[in-house]
Amino acid sequence: MGLHYELRFVGIGGQGNMLAGTIIAEAAVYYENKYATQVPTYTSQVRGGPTKADVIISDEPIQFAEATHIDFLLALDQRTYDMYKKDLKEGAIVLVDSGLVNIPEEDHKKWDVYGYPIVKTAKYDIGNVVTANILAVGMTVELTGILDKENVKKAIADRVPPAFLDLNMKAYETGIEIAKKLKAEKGK
Amino acid sequence: MSNVEIANGNELVAEAAIAAGCRFYAGYPITPSSEIPEHLSKRMPEVGGVFMQFEDEIASVIAAIGASYAGYKSMTATSGPGLSLKQEGIGLACMMELPLVVVDVMRGGPSTGLPTRVSQADYMQARWGTHGDHMIIAIAPSTLIETYTETIRAFNLAEKYRTPVLLLTDAVLAHLHGRVEIPDISNFEIIERTQPTVPPEEYYPYDVERFGIIPPLPNKENWRKYKFHMTGLNKDKTGFPTVDSKKVEEDEERMINKIMNNIKDIESFEYYRVDDADVLVIAYGTNATAARVAIDEARSKGIKVGMFRPITVWPFPEAQVFDLSKKFKKIIVSEINLGQMLYEVQRASKGNSEIFTVLQAAGVPIRPQQILEKIEEVSK
Repeated sequence: MGLHYELRFVGIGGQGNMLAGTIIAEAAVYYENKYATQVPTYTSQVRGGPTKADVIISDEPIQFAEATHIDFLLALDQRTYDMYKKDLKEGAIVLVDSGLVNIPEEDHKKWDVYGYPIVKTAKYDIGNVVTANILAVGMTVELTGILDKENVKKAIADRVPPAFLDLNMKAYETGIEIAKKLKAEKGK
Repeated sequence: MSNVEIANGNELVAEAAIAAGCRFYAGYPITPSSEIPEHLSKRMPEVGGVFMQFEDEIASVIAAIGASYAGYKSMTATSGPGLSLKQEGIGLACMMELPLVVVDVMRGGPSTGLPTRVSQADYMQARWGTHGDHMIIAIAPSTLIETYTETIRAFNLAEKYRTPVLLLTDAVLAHLHGRVEIPDISNFEIIERTQPTVPPEEYYPYDVERFGIIPPLPNKENWRKYKFHMTGLNKDKTGFPTVDSKKVEEDEERMINKIMNNIKDIESFEYYRVDDADVLVIAYGTNATAARVAIDEARSKGIKVGMFRPITVWPFPEAQVFDLSKKFKKIIVSEINLGQMLYEVQRASKGNSEIFTVLQAAGVPIRPQQILEKIEEVSK
C-alpha cells in the first residue's frame, strides 16, 4: 500500500487557505512525481466567507477527490473548524491558530492537536499578515513529514510574486522551526 | 507522448477547445465556469483566435453561432442560470444546423441557486431546455483527463453532425485541481466539417437530395466563396423559410435522424465490474467517481456490484439500459439532483428492474459511503 494522505485547510476567504492547499498539491505533483488533487469549496463572498481546500496526495491515481478520511487539518477560523472537523481520522494531526480557534477538550483526546498564534506571528514577527498561509505551510510540512522541505520551497517560488519571495521564504522557514519546537514540547 | 500538469477542469476544457481547433469564444462569466473565459482570454490571442466577452449569455451564444456560420469552430461556456438564457441560441443552432459547443458547468438551482456548489441538476435542461422537437448531444466527463478528451470529442461531433453539443461538467470537476497527463494532440482525431466542392452557385446548405443527410458546410476559408442563407424558421434546402407541410416534417425528422441514425458513432459509455455483478449502479459525471469507490469497497466486502456509466448522456443509452434491465433485478440510480436521469432509467428498463436511488441536492458531492450503504441495503 503506497502513500495516501488527506489534508484539509479551512478558514475564511482571504486568509490564503486555498493557495496553501495548491502549493502542497503542486509540490507533490511537480517535484515529487506523486498524484495529488486540490478541491476548493467556498461561498459567493469573496472575502469573509468560509473556505475549505481538500488536498489528497497519493502514489496512485486519486478516484474520489473530496477528503473523507482526513490525516491533517489546518484551521485558521473557529466556525470552519467546527464545520469541517467531522471527517478527521482517529489520531489525525490538527493545527490551529491558537488565537482564533478554541479546541474543545474532547477533541484533544481524539486528535494530535497543535496550537500556535499563526496569524499574529506572521503579522508581527515576519512583518506581513498575508504570509500567515505560508507560515502554516511550513508548519504543515514539518508536522506531516509527507513532503521534502526543499521541494515545497520550489512550489512556493512558483506561486508567490517575486517581490514577496524572500518574505515568504522567511515565513516558511519560521513555520518549520516553530513546528519543530511544538513537536519537541510533546516529546516527538 | 504526454505532458504531466496540474490543472483544473475549466482550464482543461479551455486547452482542449484550442487543441480541437476552436478559434472563437464568446461568453459572459459566471461561477463556476469563469476560469474557462479567463484562460481563453489569454490563450485565444496567442493562437490567432478570437475571444469576446459580451453583455450577457444570449448575446454570447448568438455570437458563437455567428462565428460557426462564418466557418469557425466556436464555443461558449456558462452555468445553470446562464444555460437557461442560452437555450434560445441552442435552438437556433439546432435549426440552422450549425456546429457549436456549449459548456455547462452545473451548479445548484433553480434560479441563481448555489453559485459555488455542485449539482447535476441540468441533466434534463440539457435535453429539453430549448423548445420544439429536436435532438441534442450531451456529454458528461467524469475525471480531469476525460474533461480534456471529451471536450475534443464534443467539437468532433459538433462538426461531423452539424449540431450543437453540450458538455456537462460541474462545480467539483471545474475547480478540481489535480494531476493530469495530457496526451499529445497527435493522438487525437480532429474532425473538420465536410467542405462543399460544387460550384458556389449550386451550393445550398440543406440540399439533402444532392449531398445526403448532413450537407457540407463551408469553413472559414471557403465561407466567402459560398454565399448562403440561414434562418431560425423552418427551412427548405436553400435555407429560406418554408411552411410547406411535407418539407417541414421531413426536415424536422431528418434533423433528429441525422443523430439517431448515427447513434453507434455518438454513444459512449463504460461498464465497470458488471460481468459477474448482482446489483447495478448507474451514475455519470463526477458522481461516478464516488460510485466507483463505493463499488470497489463493496466488492472488497464480497458484494458483487458493478456500474454502467453513460459518457454520452444524450441521446440516452436506451438500448444498453434495456439490456441491463433484463439482467439486473436491482438497479441503483445515483445523481447529484433529486432524480432526473432516474426518469430515463425507469422508461428504458420498462419495469424489468426494481429501481433504488441515491440522490442529493445539498450542494455537496454524494460520498462513496452513501452509495455503499445503499448497495449494502439492496444486496441483503
